[in-house]
Amino acid sequence: MKPDKHRPTVGIFKFASCDGCQLTLLDCEDDLLAVAGAVDIRYFPEASRNIGKGPFDIAFVEGSITTHHDADRIQQIRRQARILIALGACATAGGIQALRNWHDSGEYVRQVYAKPDYISTLKTSTPVAEHVPIDYELRGCPVQKTHFLEIVCALLTGRRPQLPSASLCIECKRKGNTCLLVASSEPCLGPATQAGCGAICPAMGRACYGCFGPHENANAPALAKRFREDGMSEPDLQRAFRTYNAWAWQFRKASEEVET
Amino acid sequence: MRDKAWRLGPEHFGRLISVLAEQGYEVLGPQVDGPAVRWGPLTGPDELPQGIGAETSPGHYRLKQRSGPERFAWGPSPDSLKRWLHVPEECFVHAAQDNGAFHILPGEQPGAPPGGAAPPKFAFIGMRPCDLAALVRLDAVFLKGPYVEEHYSARRREAFLVVVNCTASLDTCFCASMECGPGARTGYDVALTEHTAEEPAAYLAEAGSARGVALIEAITAPRAEPGFIAECREACKQAAAVQRRRVDWRTAPAVMLRSFEHPRWEQTARRCLACGNCTLTCPTCFCVNTIEHTAIDGSTGGRSRVWDSCFTQNFTYIHGGSVRTSVKSRYRQWLGHKLAWWQQQFGTAGCTGCGRCIAWCPAGIDISEEFAALAGTAQGGTGA
Ligand code: SF4
Ligand code: SF4
Ligand code: SF4
Repeated sequence: MKPDKHRPTVGIFKFASCDGCQLTLLDCEDDLLAVAGAVDIRYFPEASRNIGKGPFDIAFVEGSITTHHDADRIQQIRRQARILIALGACATAGGIQALRNWHDSGEYVRQVYAKPDYISTLKTSTPVAEHVPIDYELRGCPVQKTHFLEIVCALLTGRRPQLPSASLCIECKRKGNTCLLVASSEPCLGPATQAGCGAICPAMGRACYGCFGPHENANAPALAKRFREDGMSEPDLQRAFRTYNAWAWQFRKASEEVET
Repeated sequence: MRDKAWRLGPEHFGRLISVLAEQGYEVLGPQVDGPAVRWGPLTGPDELPQGIGAETSPGHYRLKQRSGPERFAWGPSPDSLKRWLHVPEECFVHAAQDNGAFHILPGEQPGAPPGGAAPPKFAFIGMRPCDLAALVRLDAVFLKGPYVEEHYSARRREAFLVVVNCTASLDTCFCASMECGPGARTGYDVALTEHTAEEPAAYLAEAGSARGVALIEAITAPRAEPGFIAECREACKQAAAVQRRRVDWRTAPAVMLRSFEHPRWEQTARRCLACGNCTLTCPTCFCVNTIEHTAIDGSTGGRSRVWDSCFTQNFTYIHGGSVRTSVKSRYRQWLGHKLAWWQQQFGTAGCTGCGRCIAWCPAGIDISEEFAALAGTAQGGTGA
């Protein structure tokens, strides 16, 4: 994509999610004006009532696919988008709402809604990539605004985006944190989690929660073994791997191997 | 210069720090920081650990209170000197675009921090002999041969090195077998050995360079008595004698050549988290990734490098994909390079026996034990 010639058209779409990733984009503050100048944001209902039409050079998709309507809509967006980018843990892994995948979602509906008959939902919450091919993922719960800016800059310049794919420990060690797992036996998910957050939790003495999902070579069962050796109970082990990225297969594998 | 030896009391130690600071050095030293001994700015001897030791085992590190006056009984810190000399992240090209023309902008002086005019002048007080051995290895990588790495070079040239010989080894140390410790051989400005039979502890000081002699003369320390020297040397020998782990590094190339298809690689790969901690904590692992950045309007850009690890898929990613896709091949590459192939490249093993990769591996994978398994030899290590 060459600058000057054509301002790439952008659409930002929402599925089952908390809107936190879209808010993170709005949180780009000063840079947001630069982004709005460099691209043509046509569709971003979270930010503007000005609803434009596709096709889009770049579509950002927040949220997971949880209804029949979602499943149709993501197909339509894919057809209108040259580059489709999944935004955040819901879109890349199914989100916290993917916990329903291990249970009967009909039962939840009956408990929560006064008129369950009005609710039409899929049995599962699944990532966008289980429905349509995607071009890039921005991980995190929520995404990092620096990653959003990086992917926009890279696409505008025509270079490869510099997005992390390896473990959080690499980022943590670069930063100079003392390892919580080794020095304090804190159950840190860093060795199985993708970098990207800047190791902010370990820097504050809190073990990683795994917001960025499994890294490219994650060996979650081997990390679970370490937690077990440090005394973690089986239910706690399962909970550790079942948060925002519970349905990502490496975390899923570790949590399903737990004996409950 | 080894025939000259001095005895440093606590007052001399304080002066050693202040004289270096007066000479314009940024003095760095070990301090207790939360659950570990880490390196940071040092303004006086009281900031050094006191009566603190460390206990390590595969995947574990704990500080331990000791009853003696020792300040240097904590083995290697998780920090090594590469954090200051081969920094975690550095931008080395700044560029701008002006009406379609591309310009390389003048950068800072090589080795200078962002926005800084000159490279820092570090004085490292309390580095271990294995840290010194690691610097010798980084020097071979960055300074020898036709291409000198100018950022490292600028910082390294200035660095003043005060090494403290070890009189307490950790369980994960195997520097004696790697011939990198527990006593320093060459390359330091000043080498100290702690004498803990008295309280407060005294130090045997030996100079390894002209500026080392000048420093000790400036702090007017008395000459050391032969009995004191002998006791200090004996304590250092003891630190070697208690090491249970060992690696027969000279056999490593032959062992590696016959072990490519050893079943051990697959077993270890099942334990390995591919987290990269071993490489980042290793004082001699030097690999970096190069990353580019641009402004949104395309007016400016740059190229930086950041510490990388051979355990990532992007490492050795070339046209068509990654050369090593399995964790097994990555671990094999790492161990092989540390112990064997480094010898052919640089004339020494790439490992100093500091044991950091053993203690700081969350999975507790132990390079000395892995090597023993490949070599088919018995080993004192205790890993799973
Ligand atoms: S604190 Fe967590 S993220 Fe940091 S190095 Fe240790 S295990 Fe990895
Ligand atoms: S390979 Fe391990 S023991 Fe050897 S120098 Fe590196 S961190 Fe130390
Ligand atoms: S050997 Fe240990 S520290 Fe190194 S990548 Fe594997 S699990 Fe991480």
